[in-house]
This record gives sequence, C-alpha cells and structure tokens, in this order.
Amino acid sequence: MGTEQAVMDQPKQAEAMLPGVENKISIVVFSGDLDKLLASLIIATGAVAMGMKVSLFFTFWGTAALRDARKSVKGKNLISRMFGFMLPNGARKVKLSKMNMGGMGTAMMKMLMKKKNVASLEEMLTLAGQLGVEICICEMSMSLMGFKREEMIDYPHMSVCGVASFLAEAKTSRVQLFI
Amino acid sequence: MPVELKADKVVDLKGLPCPMPVVRISQEIMTVDVGQVVEAITTDPGSLADFPAWATSTGQEILQTDQATGEIRFYVKRLK
Repeated sequence: MGTEQAVMDQPKQAEAMLPGVENKISIVVFSGDLDKLLASLIIATGAVAMGMKVSLFFTFWGTAALRDARKSVKGKNLISRMFGFMLPNGARKVKLSKMNMGGMGTAMMKMLMKKKNVASLEEMLTLAGQLGVEICICEMSMSLMGFKREEMIDYPHMSVCGVASFLAEAKTSRVQLFI
Repeated sequence: MPVELKADKVVDLKGLPCPMPVVRISQEIMTVDVGQVVEAITTDPGSLADFPAWATSTGQEILQTDQATGEIRFYVKRLK
C-alpha cells in the first residue's frame, strides 16, 4: 500500500514543485522528413499512453506533411503553385532525412517498416487523432508556402495558430521538444 | 519460480512494435475494473523497459513479468 500510494502521488508532487506545470507535452514539428515526423508521432502517441495531454505544433517544412493529396485549392498565385509542386504532397510523400537516394532509400525503409509491422506515418496520424493528440498548424508557415486550411487532412483536433499559442502551451507543459 | 496469476483479461500484443504495446495497454487497462488484472503478451523486447516506465508514470502496477515462453507476459493490475 505504501509504495503504491507513493507511485500514485508522484505526478502530484512534481506539479507541486513546479506551479502551473501540468502533465502535458508540447512538440514543435519543424522537420518535413519522414524519420523525424515518425519520431514526433511515436512520442506523441506514447505520451498519451503515459497519461499526458499532447500538442503538436507543425511549422515550416512540417506543414507539408499535413497536406491531403486528394484535395486541391484553386486561386493560388504562381509562386504558391510552385511551392505546392516542389514540397511533398502529404504524409505519403515525405522522404527520409538521410539515405533517400532519389527515393530508393525511402521506398526501402517503407518496405522494411511494413515487414516489421511498424505503423506508417499516415497510420500514426490517424492513431494520434483517435487518441486526442492536438495539432496546431503555424499560420505563417502555411501562408509562406501558400497552403490553405482547406487542403489539409481531415484531422479531428486541428487548428491554425501562431507562436503565442505554442508558448502558452509549452510554458505549462512538463516536456517541450523541437523536432 | 513465478506464481500462477489469474488474469481478468488477456491482451495479445504479439508482433506489435513501439509505441503500440504501451498505447494498447494504456487503453486496455481502462476496460477492466480497479483491482483487476490484465495479462499483456508482447514480443517487443523494448516493452521490458517500457511497461515498467509506463506503469510508474500512470500509477498502475506490474505484478509479474514472465519471459519463460519466449514471449513476454506482463500481469498488470489496475490501481486507478
């Protein structure tokens, strides 16, 4: 009984030591690389299992991974259209940060992941949605790259936000990561 | 020699790699009553470190870990 109670009191004690800090994790997902995106999503879903509230802030290259390849938006200017063409169109199209080898490395990695039963990035995003992981997309990154909210994936807990939203969340989180 | 424990629910997590074993056990433990025991069977060696870490963080208890059969069996008691 004594040890059980001590274990259960641990989070409460930690919160007492750091006032205003809750059992949360905030992750900046800056990278648009398959490996780093996967790591972000694995940590996010794992954190839910650990009883934490999770917020992912997608910014810069990371935003392209949230595009929905089936959706297209009209009325973009030439530069936005070029960016849209050059950047990966969604989670299926992102590449490894190393050993991409013109796509061969990424294809091989995906084959291996399938063989080893490792969930794909799309599956991890679906799981994160089911587990209640919140996603905020950086408004400025989207406008820089010419992405519109309407071309992003259907995700149950998604919003568009800025740096203040991230900081407000991060300063009350126990864990903050930049990936 | 491990004591024979009786589980109230058995969860098959064989073949699932990280992070699925902890994600699943965190969901499955909530499907039994407080005080009941879930037996989780995994083949992921990482779960040997992850299950205790999960249990400590979430305030659940691992009664026993059994590796005798080549699979890893965790007996997890729901404390809250």
